Amino acid sequence: MKANTESILEVRDLVKHFPLTQGIVVKRQIGAIKAVDGVSFDLHRGETLGIVGESGCGKSTLAKLLMALERPTSGSVRIHGRDIATARGGELKRMRRNIQMVMQDPYTSLNPRMTVGDIVGEPFEIHTDVVPKGGRRRRVQELLEVVGLNPDHINRYPHQFSGGQRQRIGIARGLALQPEIIICDEPVSALDVSIQAQVMNLLERLQNEFNLAYIFIAHDLSVVRHISDRVAVMYLGKIVELGRDAEIYESPTHPYTQALLSAVPVPDPEGRETRQRIILQGDPPSPANPPSGCHFRTRCWKAQDICAEQTPALEARPGSDHPSACHFAEVRDVVNAQ
Amino acid sequence: MTEVLSEQVGRGSHGGALLEVDNLHVEFRTRAGVAKAVNGVTYSVDAGETLAVLGESGSGKSVTAQTIMGILDMPPGKITGGEIRFRGVDLLKLPEDQRRRIRGEGISMVFQDALSALNPVFPVGWQIAEMFRMHRGTSRAEAKKKAIELMDRVRIPAAKDRVNDFPHQFSGGMRQRIMIAMAIALDPEILIADEPTTALDVTVQAQIMGLLAELQRDSNMGLILITHDLGVVADVADKIAVMYGGRIVENAPVHDLYKNPAHPYSKGLLESIPRVDHKGQELYAIKGLPPNLLEMPTGCAFHPRCPYRRDNCVTDVPPLYTISGTRGSACHYWREVIDEGEH
Ligand SMILES: Nc1ncnc2c1ncn2[C@@H]1O[C@H](COP(=O)(O)OP(=O)(O)OP(=O)(O)O)[C@@H](O)[C@H]1O
Ligand SMILES: Nc1ncnc2c1ncn2[C@@H]1O[C@H](COP(=O)(O)OP(=O)(O)OP(=O)(O)O)[C@@H](O)[C@H]1O
Ligand code: SF4
Ligand code: SF4
Ligand SMILES: [Mg+2]
Ligand SMILES: [Mg+2]
Repeated sequence: MKANTESILEVRDLVKHFPLTQGIVVKRQIGAIKAVDGVSFDLHRGETLGIVGESGCGKSTLAKLLMALERPTSGSVRIHGRDIATARGGELKRMRRNIQMVMQDPYTSLNPRMTVGDIVGEPFEIHTDVVPKGGRRRRVQELLEVVGLNPDHINRYPHQFSGGQRQRIGIARGLALQPEIIICDEPVSALDVSIQAQVMNLLERLQNEFNLAYIFIAHDLSVVRHISDRVAVMYLGKIVELGRDAEIYESPTHPYTQALLSAVPVPDPEGRETRQRIILQGDPPSPANPPSGCHFRTRCWKAQDICAEQTPALEARPGSDHPSACHFAEVRDVVNAQ
Repeated sequence: MTEVLSEQVGRGSHGGALLEVDNLHVEFRTRAGVAKAVNGVTYSVDAGETLAVLGESGSGKSVTAQTIMGILDMPPGKITGGEIRFRGVDLLKLPEDQRRRIRGEGISMVFQDALSALNPVFPVGWQIAEMFRMHRGTSRAEAKKKAIELMDRVRIPAAKDRVNDFPHQFSGGMRQRIMIAMAIALDPEILIADEPTTALDVTVQAQIMGLLAELQRDSNMGLILITHDLGVVADVADKIAVMYGGRIVENAPVHDLYKNPAHPYSKGLLESIPRVDHKGQELYAIKGLPPNLLEMPTGCAFHPRCPYRRDNCVTDVPPLYTISGTRGSACHYWREVIDEGEH
């Protein structure tokens, strides 16, 4: 993928706090779940940015903020330099058209009472100027063909398709408005290994064909490595490390990234007896009450006093070129040095 | 193992492995037709050994496990053939009261979805203690003490204080540990773990797999690990049984299978996974879809998707050919597949 450096999406200091309330009749706010807690990054035309992190770290909330499905508590999302929060009317509609989403669960994300033709063509009902009414059926059939489905199946219902085929339907719908950006939230997690490969190859082919930029969210680090140009690692609402694929996978500097990578089982039994593992103790703390300073310090084997006092900034540190949010960032290859 | 059971089930003198599933057939009779979920499954596991059962969704992994445990839904399920021998005795011929004894004490199981397998209205400690009261008639106080010991053993922090907590008060990883605690409570000889980490994050998965390995080492259990994760299998398995369309299509020691698979389906699987340790080119994708159990393809069930297919594959069901004492492949052309060389 030859991504150029023109930023089409700029995310700055994005924050989403969900109020935590108590009481049934009179609700009092007793705190906040800091689902996304100050996230910044750029997305370039035609590139794939992978986002990884454990359950609950805020990946899906981030996706919803980018799609303007949730209002940010603060911070901004800019598409081609325009803030999506302040856009109105026709401009907002055009911005929305440019960023589409493919969801995780191919079994529940499609309306079971709509035909495939209606599902894939639904965006044309909202954005009526994209394809004239008479040409829509043909356009939907073209889209089905693009994602490798039989265009004659346009009148079938979702339950008549397998999981992998349903995910293709979701992708066809995401492509309908010819967006520049597609956000994929765990697009292959629910699929079998053999079907997962089919869908990932399809996403890569479409990217080359239409110069799409992807935000690819997944908890499977092997899948993310395969498809991403750059990768952001999230922990408790923050990006803790961000870099090109080789930087993250071969020279990670943040202890959390190192632990995450070393926990991924390698599909090769050779040398398994001598493989080194960093086994993290405990679970991630609640995002309602994250630890002071570095959020990772309660599970970090390198933590010092300063980690409780000062929040480490996401910035390049001595000995490495890519940003890492650790006071003691240092390169350690955990994947290949096993 | 209690005295009674040891007598009933014989004591390892039968010459075979501890647990042997032999040519098992299970079908489901539904309104849509007869779904042949298990079509002649054969595998075995010995004390201290880890067998990984690998295969796509719907290939019959869980139905085989449920049949071993004696918890298959019947009807609609029906066992139409085969034997399941534990210490040489066919469990399928034992009366229910004896099977109930073996469940938990001889063979026990950890389910995929820990939240739905635990009862939400009882404290977790009570649920673990119930295992001792039901099977051993242990007193209430003693059973609770044992429950706390077990929670400690699976590393629930502050087990003593948490013994009265309810399932929803624990994280996914902790609930899975509690399921494991229940499964090992009565010191089973065989533990079946059905996708024990599928719903969990990698860091938690690593903790749970480490725990299982340690428990197995301490008590020399036989472990049947059902999974679709080729990474987990490479990490812990001694040997592998690959399932497709309700059959074992390949069985092999772990190193042999990864180095040189002998069935086109296993080979395709190994080639279709992305890897964390290097960035690959385009992934190999097995074309097509898994078989519909209501209309199984004729001949070899894999033939509609197979790049090695010849005419006779469409008509002749391949038997599980013996490659060596420890390896088998249900492919007419396994020699060709294996000859393509080392991985
Ligand atoms: N509408 C909401 N109201 C309150 N809390 C929410 C809401 N949506 C998400 N959260 C909380 O915000 C945090 C982040 O959730 P999110 O769904 O973004 O995580 P995720 O990284 O996508 O996790 P997963 O990998 O499990 O999908 C979680 O603690 C979640 O419980
Ligand atoms: N109670 C039931 N009634 C009818 N069909 C059933 C029943 N239980 C299982 N089946 C069918 O038997 C087949 C095998 O199912 P099984 O649960 O063993 O698959 P599996 O290999 O464990 O798959 P997965 O990886 O999705 O867990 C499936 O097609 C399933 O639909
Ligand atoms: S800042 Fe401190 S606690 Fe946080 S990751 Fe770095 S060493 Fe660990
Ligand atoms: S028997 Fe034929 S169709 Fe089946 S796996 Fe072997 S070559 Fe392929
Ligand atoms: Mg999510
Ligand atoms: Mg199953």
